[in-house]
Amino acid sequence: MIQVESLRKTYLSRRRASGVGQALLSLVKPSRERIEALKDVSFSIERGEIVGYIGPNGAGKSTTIKVMCGILVPDSGVCLIKGRVPWKERAAHVAGIGVVFGQRSQLWWDVPVIDSFELLRDVYRVPGREYSASLEELVSALDLSPLLGQPARSLSLGQRMRCEMAASLLHSPDILFLDEPTIGLDAVSKLAVRAFIERANRERGVTVILTTHDMHDIEALVSRVILIGKGEILYDGGFEALVAGGRATGAGIEAVMAALYGEMGIA
Amino acid sequence: MIASLRAYGGLFRMRFLRGLSYRAAALAGTATQFFWGFILIMVYQAFAKAGGSPLGLSQIASYVWLQQAFLALIVVWFRDKELLSLIVTGDSAYELCRPVDAYAFWFARLAAGRLAAALLRCAPIVLVASLLPDPYRLHGPSSVPAGLAFLACLALGLLLIVAITMFAYILSVVTLSPNAAFMFAAPIYEFAAGMVIPLPFMPEGLRHVLELLPFRLCVDLPLRMYSGAIPASQAPLLLLQQALWIALLVPAGRLALGKALRSSQAAGG
Repeated sequence: MIQVESLRKTYLSRRRASGVGQALLSLVKPSRERIEALKDVSFSIERGEIVGYIGPNGAGKSTTIKVMCGILVPDSGVCLIKGRVPWKERAAHVAGIGVVFGQRSQLWWDVPVIDSFELLRDVYRVPGREYSASLEELVSALDLSPLLGQPARSLSLGQRMRCEMAASLLHSPDILFLDEPTIGLDAVSKLAVRAFIERANRERGVTVILTTHDMHDIEALVSRVILIGKGEILYDGGFEALVAGGRATGAGIEAVMAALYGEMGIA
Repeated sequence: MIASLRAYGGLFRMRFLRGLSYRAAALAGTATQFFWGFILIMVYQAFAKAGGSPLGLSQIASYVWLQQAFLALIVVWFRDKELLSLIVTGDSAYELCRPVDAYAFWFARLAAGRLAAALLRCAPIVLVASLLPDPYRLHGPSSVPAGLAFLACLALGLLLIVAITMFAYILSVVTLSPNAAFMFAAPIYEFAAGMVIPLPFMPEGLRHVLELLPFRLCVDLPLRMYSGAIPASQAPLLLLQQALWIALLVPAGRLALGKALRSSQAAGG
């Protein structure tokens, strides 16, 4: 379903040292640094899997997701999703995927949520009957009925995130990319989002790629993790096998992950 | 292509709904426009009485009222703040995950925003202004062809101003500073389009230069079509001129936006 091979992506970043002198110098001669966001990333994911894509901040998780969504074009390497190259057949590709960026919003700020949904229906050209069925299912699964009439600006983060999840599934995609969907959520909302992801996977057969820093998300949802650090895949396999050694010391999961990142030299 | 029109129709509905949800803003805006309209009329009429105005007294009132009624279609500073905040915060990542062309989608969004705002505002202004006593009254178009030419020029003018202002949005994608982009664009546009001083008042040499640029085709042209200052027989040629500018600016903007969006998505979480 998803096949990624030897993906590379670098970009230029401006940088300068502190101080007025350096600032003036950079006006004349800006110094740039080549950052290797992805060095050599390969993996494949089967239909119906839930895969956790983990790694420290700046490891290249979001870059990989953006490549798979067709937003970024890699420098080299192969990425085939349902037989399509995302950035070459962008429109056809994105019609079949759903994306949630936990730190972004796709809802219109000052109109009721339901209006945003209807715009998405038009954008994805979802037939009326299919849309109603999909909406009804999502509203009941995520308990949205009291929220639909409210403008997005008046929702709490947890409420908004539930609406964002629904927005990304209205067109019934069979692949769902979730980039930190639980970031900043309280316990109740986190559980609701997790239960929903699990249900979408089980009932709709949606393939889920989930990035997160909350290892409880991983424990609750995922059997397989792919660990990326400094642009390279360092581990691909069962989550329990990855942390078994650390757990034996009796440390909490956060401490186990921190130690693991430290050992791998990617902390 | 036809099927994707539904998405753009949906956008228009969205902008219209949004416009309706700010009733107080619409009322206040309309009131301001009346106030501003009276001031402009008095200033231009003082000019006219001092001699040497190329516009007649009643033409002045019609020019000003139409400019106010269709303000949302013709000013640069009418901007889509939500789109700009989406650009600055990086929420534009979502725009690239949609099965639509980002340029076309933004174009439709901006055009719909302007059209929705103009529809909400033009009716009260046109209605009240046409009931005012002379010399403040808004008169009908000078002839039926002039009225039709006015509408056609206004429609193409809307597409043209969206194509022009799109560059300010593209500049915002690059600089992440919408204020800078619009502060740069607005004075140039407003002067060149005859919104600070109507073009007929300008010295001949400058006027000829400005008439070569696309800016005045958005504002000055439709308004002078209406009053008959430009004869309707010239309409086909001028409409063609508008269409050519659109045909030039749209592909250029599309290319620029594609590049800007892709490079802007590289950094950040």
